[in-house]
Amino acid sequence: MGTIVVQNLGKAYKQYPTRWSRLGEWLLPVGGARHKLKWVLTDINFQVAPGEAVGLIGINGAGKSTLLKLITGTTQPTTGSVWMEGRVAALLELGMGFHPDFTGRQNVYMAGQLLGMTVDEITRLMPQIEEFAGIGDYMDQPVRVYSSGMQMRVAFSVATARRPDILIVDEALSVGDAYFQHKSFDRIRQFRQEGTTLLLVSHDKQAIQSVCDRAILLDGGRLAKEGKPEEIMDYYNAMIAERENETVRLNDAGDGKVQTVSGTGEATVDDIALLDEQGQRVEVVDVGAAVTLEVRVRINAPIPRMVLGYMIKDRLGQPMYGTNTHLKGQPLENVAPGEEVVYRFAFPMNLGPGSYSVATAIVSTETHLVNNYEWRDLALVFTVMNMRRPHFEGSAWLDPAIDIQRTRVTQ
Amino acid sequence: MISPLMLRGLWAYRGFVLGSVKREFQSKYVNAMLGAVWSVLSPLAMILVYTVIFSEVMRAKLPGHTSSAAYSIYLCAGILTWGLFAEIVARAQGMFLEQANLLKKISFPRICLPVVVVLNALVNFGIIFGLFLVYLIASGHFPGAVFFAIVPVLLVQVLLAVGLGMVTGILNVFFRDVGQFVTIAMQFWFWLTPIVYPASILPDNIRPVLTWNPMAAVVQAHQAILVEGRAPDWNALLPATVLALLLCILGLRLFRKRSGEMVDEL
Repeated sequence: MGTIVVQNLGKAYKQYPTRWSRLGEWLLPVGGARHKLKWVLTDINFQVAPGEAVGLIGINGAGKSTLLKLITGTTQPTTGSVWMEGRVAALLELGMGFHPDFTGRQNVYMAGQLLGMTVDEITRLMPQIEEFAGIGDYMDQPVRVYSSGMQMRVAFSVATARRPDILIVDEALSVGDAYFQHKSFDRIRQFRQEGTTLLLVSHDKQAIQSVCDRAILLDGGRLAKEGKPEEIMDYYNAMIAERENETVRLNDAGDGKVQTVSGTGEATVDDIALLDEQGQRVEVVDVGAAVTLEVRVRINAPIPRMVLGYMIKDRLGQPMYGTNTHLKGQPLENVAPGEEVVYRFAFPMNLGPGSYSVATAIVSTETHLVNNYEWRDLALVFTVMNMRRPHFEGSAWLDPAIDIQRTRVTQ
Repeated sequence: MISPLMLRGLWAYRGFVLGSVKREFQSKYVNAMLGAVWSVLSPLAMILVYTVIFSEVMRAKLPGHTSSAAYSIYLCAGILTWGLFAEIVARAQGMFLEQANLLKKISFPRICLPVVVVLNALVNFGIIFGLFLVYLIASGHFPGAVFFAIVPVLLVQVLLAVGLGMVTGILNVFFRDVGQFVTIAMQFWFWLTPIVYPASILPDNIRPVLTWNPMAAVVQAHQAILVEGRAPDWNALLPATVLALLLCILGLRLFRKRSGEMVDEL
């Protein structure tokens, strides 16, 4: 239960030169096809094993939504096939089929029936649906008085009332307030622990990296890359920044992780190191130790305005801290070829124990989307260890001073 | 023609079908103070207009009948049953376009949509026809046992409507002109069918044209049962029955062949 097998999947839309040519094709057997095929997805092959969580990423128009529609069966494939085992729940668009004049409760019945549940089943699940939606008395008010967030809470609660074998989620979770986002994400995580296969489409790096075991990158209707979420997300970010004259390179960083380098190449990071207080290179740092991140940049072509940024990420690729010289008010103007610029960022290593990586970006403004001279993921990998402090949990070092007052309360 | 898969899908989604019918019925009155009373009041008004106004106020007479109620019954027999036919055709013709969002976003047996349309039309027809029956019984014009001959006639009529509605509904997705055309054609069809007027007032050279109108035979069958109290001319219904079956087969074939492509067009 919970397997998805996608084989040679392709989807093309028929395009007719005029409205009359479709009529001609239908009615006149002679003359053959009068349409052109516009392929939006070609040759997609992948498998998702039971219990696996796979993230699907790609820019707008890459074919993500079409792929999901093919998988859920709302659209018929032109070539290939999708094979699935188990009960599927798709959160493609929440609140479909809600009628504004009916109460939340009545709409729950309707939405549930649309998902193939029986009235008895919905009645049985109702207390749980109500509790999860957490909108109180609003449940018996017409949906038209709901905020969009409330509507989405109810819709999510119905759609996930039963644990499916396969759960397909399309960015629907980006709506709703932060509290409900956490709640819904927890439910998805819980389903995963109970063995649900997950297919998640998102632009949200964190969502993909924190939930998925694997990621698939779609580009121009093709499966461009498949691999670890961290690696695919880095590649995706580099791809977004890619210009005509840019290149994306993959270097092996040594420990099995793959370094992605992209950019137009006017400047490159020649060397990057983490130095301790004595100026010695270190790879292992104690919690709270004062360190300096030293980045040597070589200039290959004139750059009117240069900004260096760095981001420290944990082993899941989640950002811990990132800044750049634009944000800190220290951009460099008119740097010329032949120059070498050395940046030193001194800070205390207030991170929890674990493995971290540093990504660097040489750009002209605060983002890498305007000019991307060089983007380097996993430029440096280091480990933080707790050598001198009492044990603590988490990835931040937020050491408290503890004050406790103890008094006897007479009754 | 109807694959077992289709039937199984329909059965699995019976809750959705019945729920949709119920909801569509309720949605019209959910915000009204009188609620479902309106679903009876408006057909009641219609029946009153046809019976009281035509028989008592205008004293309209049906040729060959002495009773003043005969024309009212004649009118109701035609208009109410035509109403069922027209409602199914009109709703079925637009059902896929109306539900475009649902079809594109949620995977469910699409055959549910025409079933919902037919059931809804039958509910509306049931209310108004029930009121009409009350009038027939109260005024002593109930035709007796022959009344039940209306069931097969209604069946032919519903099949005809479903077949036509399916074919035009699917074509309408690809060629939006179909919907516009059907709306106009239905108006002409209404007046080309002896509903408001009796066929006998037509000139002799035009009357045979009615045999080409399958709905004329259906409506005349209803009128024979309800006005004359006699069994309909079953042979005259044969062309309509054959046409209804052919349209249903064509509709299902189109549905199976084009329903995938349909979603791409919506």
